[in-house]
Order: sequence, then structure tokens, then C-alpha cells
Amino acid sequence: MPKKYEILKKRELSPDTTLISVYAPLIAKKAKAGQFIILRVDENGERIPLTISSCTEDAVTVIFQKVGATTMQLGLLNEGDCLHDFVGPLGVPTEVEGYKKVVVVGGGLGCAIALPVAKALHEAGAEVDLVAGFKTKDIIILEDEMKEACTNLYICTDDGSYGFAGFTTAKLEELVKEGGYDGAFAIGPLVMMKFCCQVTKKYNVPTVVSMNPIMIDGTGMCGGCRITVGGETKFACVDGPDFDGFQVDFDEAIARAATYKEFEGKKKEEHICRLRGAK
Amino acid sequence: MANMSPNKTPIPEQEPNVRNKNFKEVSLGYTLEQALQEAERCLNCKNPLCVQGCPVNVPIPQFISKIKEGDMLGAYNILSAANALPAVSGRVCPQENQCEGKCIRGIKCDSVGIGRLERFVADWALENNVSNTEVAPSNGHKVAVVGSGPAGLTCAGELARKGYKVTVFEAFHVAGGVLSYGIPEFRLPKDIVQHEVDNLIKMGVDIELNMVIGKVLSIDEIFEMGYEAVFIGSGAGLPMFMKIPGESLVGVFSANEYLTRINLMKAYRDDSTTPIMKSKVVAVVGGGNVAMDAARCAKRLGAEVHIIYRRGEEELPARREEVHHAKEEGIIFDLLTNPLSIEGDEKGRVSKINLIKMELGEPDASGRRRPVAIEGSEYSVDVDTVIMALGTSPNPLIKSTTPGLDTNKKGCIVTGEDGTTSRDGIFAGGDASTGAATVILAMGAGKHAAASIDEYIKNKSK
Repeated sequence: MPKKYEILKKRELSPDTTLISVYAPLIAKKAKAGQFIILRVDENGERIPLTISSCTEDAVTVIFQKVGATTMQLGLLNEGDCLHDFVGPLGVPTEVEGYKKVVVVGGGLGCAIALPVAKALHEAGAEVDLVAGFKTKDIIILEDEMKEACTNLYICTDDGSYGFAGFTTAKLEELVKEGGYDGAFAIGPLVMMKFCCQVTKKYNVPTVVSMNPIMIDGTGMCGGCRITVGGETKFACVDGPDFDGFQVDFDEAIARAATYKEFEGKKKEEHICRLRGAK
Repeated sequence: MANMSPNKTPIPEQEPNVRNKNFKEVSLGYTLEQALQEAERCLNCKNPLCVQGCPVNVPIPQFISKIKEGDMLGAYNILSAANALPAVSGRVCPQENQCEGKCIRGIKCDSVGIGRLERFVADWALENNVSNTEVAPSNGHKVAVVGSGPAGLTCAGELARKGYKVTVFEAFHVAGGVLSYGIPEFRLPKDIVQHEVDNLIKMGVDIELNMVIGKVLSIDEIFEMGYEAVFIGSGAGLPMFMKIPGESLVGVFSANEYLTRINLMKAYRDDSTTPIMKSKVVAVVGGGNVAMDAARCAKRLGAEVHIIYRRGEEELPARREEVHHAKEEGIIFDLLTNPLSIEGDEKGRVSKINLIKMELGEPDASGRRRPVAIEGSEYSVDVDTVIMALGTSPNPLIKSTTPGLDTNKKGCIVTGEDGTTSRDGIFAGGDASTGAATVILAMGAGKHAAASIDEYIKNKSK
């Protein structure tokens, strides 16, 4: 039998994006699209939230980008290694019932989260157009899986090296202009979600965004993840992570996301130095 | 012959100007001589009022008598039979309002230093590797406890002693609840909390970490797993904000977040992977123990720290000792002052706090005099960090996933005196039912609920 929080499967999706499946049967049984987990790599580790990508009967799959000290350290673990802590499922699942035709936009790593949302919407009976944006062809992830999860898949690259040439917002505008959508979902970098909402608002398509702010506990205790939605303070961990994109104060969220930028940069440098030193 | 000195034997402490730069314990604890000297001040009253003042009814004169005899093991056995966490309560109890507040010697001079003696005995046990982990033979019944704070740990300990198989579910990756995430190392070293938790494990209690009840399992699913009763001691973890402009600026924190980063995630240490803001000037809004803890942490991280409190010194809800320690350490008290708004710079970071002077008017519903703003007294202070320590309320996760569990307007679980709730087999206590209160009241509630659970299961199996 696998050990608690053992990594059962690991797959490199692109040079800096990794998928792991972690043995956590209780969480796997409960998790729904849009929810997240919090993990710690070792006993002095930081708590980091990651959105659940998919689940098997006894394992939870998350996809992460090696952008900071903790995610780089996480990337060094292999199949058979165990995480120190893994807690969830946290947050409210994405509401997927009652839609006829939706467009789901994923940006970069956000595609890993857009995938289960698109799939759940599709399974709930909606026609799903999935717009997946990447900087360039080499870092495209999960293309086959996404194709299967939706009605039409539109891959966009910023540099035009694959699929639609340009930002997801341009493709989004092309699609919503045609009409027929009763909902949109934007999942990715804050700036992308902000501009997606500007597009969908123009055409009056209600839009759900998935917020991923700084948090510690993920249960409503620290309040670090608070965001302003329609003038009210909400906690992304317990009230979200999904919110009405037209109501979210994105500029504030962008400022708050940068709170520890300096510290994170320093820790990343230290981590890289340690790795070099160890060689 | 009793020691008739009017004053409590002083307790050695780290110098204020040394300790406000480190996270080591402020109070160093009595030496054996000091403990013996203080123990002699107890008159061993026939009708000890101190015991009535104790939420867990520790037989105080009896354990102090054992100290006088030099029988520390005897003292520890008496103490630990009544109180599952003596090293904790000896440090953080508001004794002045409880046992020591009732002490007969306190009428004319200083009361007996009961808290200091309790701590001495508990620390003696720790140093000498003595623990009181005897349990009754297993009775075959299973009980679940939700939350490993003072209420949950006490309830678990009491039930384990009676022979129950107890599982404690904790949402965090460390047990202890507020003892671990809230109260700072310099007031309550985390080794001591862990030691008390380890004693419970020795008594056969299972502690399941990383289990957010209401998410990964519901209370009803816990019953389905064969537990016959559930005690909810999930605390009051939801932070409150003031709803004033600027509260979402970068550099405004709930005290919960600030303290959790420091205490649970060890952000004060250089090797920590969890960041903490390096502040220059900090305003802590609030006057309770949590406000003092946050202020003293910020001071230790090198900031100039102001406590902003809308009432006066007399009304500060924090323990007197905490206020005294904070002042000694150089915390500035801006009393009768209330925040109006917080302003930020072009990057959305806190740059100043706008304040107004207050005066005390007529008493309000709570009996305390209501603070009233003095018109035209607005002023501002340049700060880069604001910490909101305004209180907390219970987390709605369990309530919202447990049908039939009644809560009041404030989200607190409604309980009878014995910890019973509106649902058969579900008991609750501590901050989850009272709203934010003290460690010892939570321990008292855990202890009483354990007795009710015992009775409930015995009656059920008849």
C-alpha cells in the first residue's frame, strides 16, 4: 500500500511545469473541480496552495510551475517520495450546473485548472469552448487532455509559434462577439483575468474568475487571502476561489500578490545556490 | 511558620531591553528556593476560595503543601490529575482574575503566586521526565475530538484517562491550536506545547493532522466511522476587520495572520521559508492579549510599535502582566485613539494611518463606558504596517456542514452547561461555543464536556 502523501506519479509537462499525483484517498474521494489543496514539502516548509487538477480513486493530481524556492524543491521529489503535509479539499467547488454554452479561458499554468473546470462543465451538459494561451509552442501543456475535455479547443501563443497568434483575450473577443454564450470562466494570471473580464463585460457574458492569492491556512483563519468583490471583503480560501469577475478589484489583488516579491526572490536565489553548492 | 511577606516572591525575567530583541521566554521561572519561599506564603485555607476561582478546580492548597514538603512528584500528581496542561496554564492563565483573584492574602497584600508555583511544578516534571500518563483499561468506546487547542486536548486527555479510544482531528500540520499558532514562543515555548501533546499520545490518543473537518470529513461521516460521540473544540479562528477604508492595502494584516506566520511558520527565524514583513513603524489596533502578542512580536522584529486602543488604560482587556511587559519592552500605547482610515502609496502599500482622539461617555450595554470621538481631533501617523487585533469569531465550516447543529447570531455553537449541543452525541466547548475567550476557560469546557461524554456513552450502552 502506498504511504501517506506518497508521490505515485510524476510527469514533466514542459521544462518548468510538473504534474504529480499524491496518495491522499480521503481528499480524492471528496475533491471537486475548482477546489485546492495546501502542501508542505518538508517539516520546515512553507504552506503553498495548489489547485486540484484531477483525482483518481485514491490520489490527487496537482500541476505546478517551478517558479519559487518551494516549487523548485517540490520539483526535486520523485515517485516514491512523500510530501510532509497535504490538506484539502479546500475552497468551494466551481458551480458547473445550468449552462448551455460556455467559454473557458486558461492562461499558462491556469490551463491545468481550466482543464478540470472545462471537463466538469462539459460533463454537466454544456457546450464548452476552451481557449488555452501560452507564451510559446514549447511550453504548451495538456493539449490532448484539453481537446478531450471540451467541444472546441483554441490554443493561442503570444509569439504565434502555434495555433492562434496573439493573446487569449483577442481569441476570446472573436468568440464572444459571435454570441451564444451564457457564461465564461477565466483562469490564469491576474492580468489576463482582468482583461478577459473587460472583454466579456462588453458583450454581457457573466464571467467567473478563479483567484489564487497568498494564504496560509486555507480555512478562513488568517485573512491574508482577502480580496475586494463588489466593495465587500471576501476570503478567497473559504468564499472562493471562484468569484464574479465583474466585481473583483483586480488592481488591489495584483498589488497584494506582490507583497513578498523581494523575499521570494531572495529565497529562490538561496535555493539555486544551495543546489549548485551540492553538486 | 508561614512566610508573611506582603509581596510575591519576584520571578526572574529577561531584561526588557534584551528580550525585546529575541524570541526566548520572557519569564525564567522560579528556582527551587524561590518556589519554596513562595509556597510558604500559602495559608492552606480550610475553605480555599482559590479553588473556586479555577475553571478546572485544581486542588491548589494541596499541591502547594506538597511543594512545602519538598515532594515535587506529589505536587505534580495532584496538579496533573486535575489539569491536563499545567505547564501551559501556569504560563498563560489570567490568574489575577481567577485563583489569585480570590486568594485571601490578596485582600491586604499580594496574593500567593499560584500561577508561578503551578509552572514551577510542571517544569520540574518536564525536566525530570516525569509524566502522569496512566490510563484506565480500554472500555472499547471511540470518541472523536475536533480541534487540538486547549479545549480539545483537555477533553481528549480526560477521556483517555477513563479508558476511551480518542482521535483528535487537527486542521493544521501541528497540534496545539492557538497554543501553537497564536501565543508567541516568548510567552509559551512551543517545546512545552509539544511535550503536553506527546503526553496525550503516550496516553493512547491519536492525533490526525491536516484534517479540515467540514471539508475532508463531515461530523456525520465521523459518526459513520464508529465514533460514538464527537467533541467540537474548533476555536474561534475567523479574524475581524474594522471595515474602514484602506484595510486591503499591502501591509495590513489580521493579528491571526501576523502571529501564525511568526509562531506556527517560524517566520522570525532566518531559515524560515515563510515570509514576514520587515516593518519600520507598526500600528496594532486593539487592546487584548492578542494585540499585546502581535505588538511584542513586531517589536522583536525591529519595529517601532504603537498600540492603538479606543478606550483607556483601565479598560484594556489584556492581562495586566502582558500590558506591563509590553510597556517595559518599549511598546508605545496610544490610548483613547481610534483609526479612521489607512492610506497607501502608489504601489498600494500602507503609508499612514489616520486617527481620531476619543473620550469615554456613558456606559454601553457591556457596562463599559462607550468611547466617543472628539470632533476636530483627527491626526495621522506614518506607518508601514497595520495589524488588526479586534477579536475573532468561530469558523463556519463545521456549522455549515452539520445539519441540525444550532449556533447563535455570532456563529457560536449553542451549548448547555455540560457541553451538550442541539445534536445528540455532539458536544462542544471552548471558543467555538463562547467566542474568543481564554485558554483556561477552554480547558474547563473540555474537562466538563469529557465528563458529559462519559455519562452519555455509559447511559447509551446500558
